[in-house]
This record gives sequence, C-alpha cells and structure tokens, in this order.
Amino acid sequence: MLRIITAVIGRDLRLAMRRQADIVSALFFFIIVVSLFPLGVGPEPDLLRKLAPGVLWVAALLATMLSLPRLFADDHRDGTLEQLALAPHPLGLVVTGKVIAHWLVSGLPLALIAPVLGIQFDLSSDALIILPVAILIGTPALSGIGAIGAALTLGLRGGGVLLSLLVLPLYIPVLIFGAGAVDATVTGLGGEGHLSLLAAITFASLGFAPWAAAAALKIALE
Amino acid sequence: MKDRFNLYRFASPATFYPLAGALIPYFVAVSVVFGLAGLWLGMLVAPTDFQQGEGYRIIFIHVPASWMSMFIYLVMAFWAAIGLAFNTRLSGMMAQALAPTGALMAFLSLWTGALWGKPMWGAWWVWDARLTSELILLFLYIGYMALTAAIDDQRRADKAGGLLLLVGVVNIPIIYFSVKWWNTLHQGSSVNLAKSSMATTMLWGMLLMAMCFWMYSIAIAFMRVRTIMLERERHTDWVRAELADKIPGGEK
Repeated sequence: MLRIITAVIGRDLRLAMRRQADIVSALFFFIIVVSLFPLGVGPEPDLLRKLAPGVLWVAALLATMLSLPRLFADDHRDGTLEQLALAPHPLGLVVTGKVIAHWLVSGLPLALIAPVLGIQFDLSSDALIILPVAILIGTPALSGIGAIGAALTLGLRGGGVLLSLLVLPLYIPVLIFGAGAVDATVTGLGGEGHLSLLAAITFASLGFAPWAAAAALKIALE
Repeated sequence: MKDRFNLYRFASPATFYPLAGALIPYFVAVSVVFGLAGLWLGMLVAPTDFQQGEGYRIIFIHVPASWMSMFIYLVMAFWAAIGLAFNTRLSGMMAQALAPTGALMAFLSLWTGALWGKPMWGAWWVWDARLTSELILLFLYIGYMALTAAIDDQRRADKAGGLLLLVGVVNIPIIYFSVKWWNTLHQGSSVNLAKSSMATTMLWGMLLMAMCFWMYSIAIAFMRVRTIMLERERHTDWVRAELADKIPGGEK
C-alpha cells in the first residue's frame, strides 16, 4: 500500500523536477499577487498588518489552483492515467500519491516563502512563525479538495475556469481557519484552536478526497 | 406485467413523463392556494412587529426561500446518491431539473435578506455567518450547473455533477460552522416547535408560504424534467409518439 503511494510520489516529483519552470512560475505568481496589495491599498503598516493573513492565504489558494489542471491532464493525454486506473492497486491510493506530490511542489514552497512576504507586511515575529505553520498544515487540504475538482473537469473545454468555480467555494473553511490562526496570533489570542481545526480539515480531506477524486476519474475515463 | 401498483415503474422516463404532466396542474393549484392564504395571513392578518415594524413582513418570502434553497440542495444530493448507486437515468435528470430552482431560491433569499437588512441593520450586506453560507450555497449551485453544462456526454454530466453534489453536501456543515465561528450577526432561528418566539399567525403565514414555495418548486421541477426527458430521449419511440401529434409533420 505504501509502496504504490511512494512510487507515484517519486514519479510525479521526478516529472516536476524536469519542468522546474512550472513550480517557479506558481511561486512567483504567489509573490506577485501578494506584492500587488500594498500597491493597491497603500503602505500604512497598521492596515497591512491587518490585511496580511487574508491576503497571503487568498494568494496561496490561487497559487495552488494554478497548478491543479495539470494534476491529471498530462497523464490523461498520454494514456498513463488509464494504465494507472487499470493497475491492480486501488486508484484512490494512486491519487493520494499524486496529491502528496502536488503538495510537495505547490504547497510546501509557499510555506517556505511566506515568512519573507510576511516581513513585507510588517507582521510580528510570533505571526511570522504561525503563518508558515498554518500554510504548511492547510495546503495539503487544498491539494486534496482540488484533486476532486481537477478530476471532475478532466478533459473539458474551459476546464481551468470551471475548476476554480467548483473548488474555490470548497476552499473557504481552509481560508477561514488558516487566516484566522494568523489573525488570532496578531491580536494576541493564540492560534492553536484554529490550527487544530485546520489540521482536522487536512486529515479528513487527505483521507476522503482521493477516493472521491478516484471516483471522478473513473467517470471521466469511462 | 403484473397489475400491482409498483412505484419503481415510474423510474423510467417513458412512464414518468405522463405522470409528471398529470401532476403539474395539481401542484400549481395547491401552490397558488397556499400562496394566497399565506400572503393573506402574512400581509393582512399578522400583527405588526413591535420591534421591527412592517418591514419584518419580508420574512414571509425570505424564510421560505432560504429553507427551500437548502432543502432543494439536499434533494439534489439525494437524487445524486441514488443515481450513482443504482445507475438510474431519471435521478440525474431530476437533479438537473432542480438546480435552477435551487439557485433561484438561494438568490431570492439573499435578495430579500438585503432588502430586510437595510432598514434593520442599516446595511445591504454584512459578512455574517448565515449570509455568507447562503452565498456559498449559491456558488455551489452555480458550480453544479456550470459543470453539467460543460460536459456534452449526458451520462458523464449526471455522474460528475452527482459526485460534486455529494462532495458539496459533506462540505455544507463544515462551511456553515466555519463561517459561524468566524463571525455572526444574523438573529437566531425564530421558529421553534416547542416554544416559538413569534406570534402564531406569523408562524402560520410563514409555514403556508413555505408550503407554497415547496409545491411551486415541485411543479417547476416537473416541468423542467419533462423538457429534459424529451431532449435526451429524443431518439426513442415514446418521445416520437409523444411529439407526433404535437408537431404536424415533425419527427417521423
């Protein structure tokens, strides 16, 4: 069971490493979107400190979404996906591997770069620690829920826009608790409660979402 | 064929089509009766609220619309589950027929809520838990309709849409509680079977209006499902027979 997951992770990471431009462009999309806000709303540190959690999280949501259409599309195009579906292993485990790989190349870099962007928003040192932790805990849920959307819109015209329409409403709890954790730290309430709920959402979606995505893939491959 | 009454017989579009057609006038009539009674009770009989004045009367539209928007989503999810589990044709058609009505109800609920919020809270829109989750419900309806519209193969559209509905139904409580803990201003529910905080006439007016909306939704969903059936089953004999006497020189 673990072997198939690690095999898929290894394969997807190798493929991603051969196309590093994709990872870097999603990361720069995140940086640029975040940098646009101070230009739009003005440079007052008080205002920026208030906006930072929400802005960083919304940008993280959008950056994760950017790479979702490719989660299954390339494998679908060259027929790999059908072979994976025919393999003796449950398709849900394969999707779990792909979700983890997607998180490693899209969610993890965001968490690593987030504190640097937080400094631009004049966040306190406590918040600068909580922010990457929250993104680290929350983004796997984004990859998991996103996989369902990616599987449902596989091979459809206008798939990218449709995907955002389906997935963004489902991302809302992650956004609320993720931004809430940072916000609570900024106001001195402590973000542990939000982080626990975020972790609960992540574990639940990592457990269930791959199977829903696998069902959607089977519908798409019929 | 046994002559015994069998409900499953109506799972086939060919038998459900005439049944729906025969039932529509009744649902419309019942809806109109309930609607007139509800409006009479709500607009003329129910006393003016001592806190909110006459403006509160919008709840006779607002509350039923909100109820229906949530209820229709559950019904769609139910049909989606049936369709995915038993691979029935009619379930997907029902879900698709209900979606626009559900979206309309969610929109009505938000719209009337805004009209009510302006005099009561002094704002058209506030980022409150209930408003936000109703808005997200509207997004879910729109997402479902966009997904089913984007897929040309109807069988795949039904199944993919059904899966999305089921995912959404799991998410609705999560979304609801997350926004509830996040921020709240909307008043609590006024309807409580044991001890209602509102006058009996108001409650009855609201329930009658809810029945009116419910019957309207069924009638309109039946009308829509009949068109969907004709469109999808246009290659079958029964649709040709059905249309042969309507369109002179139409389908051969």
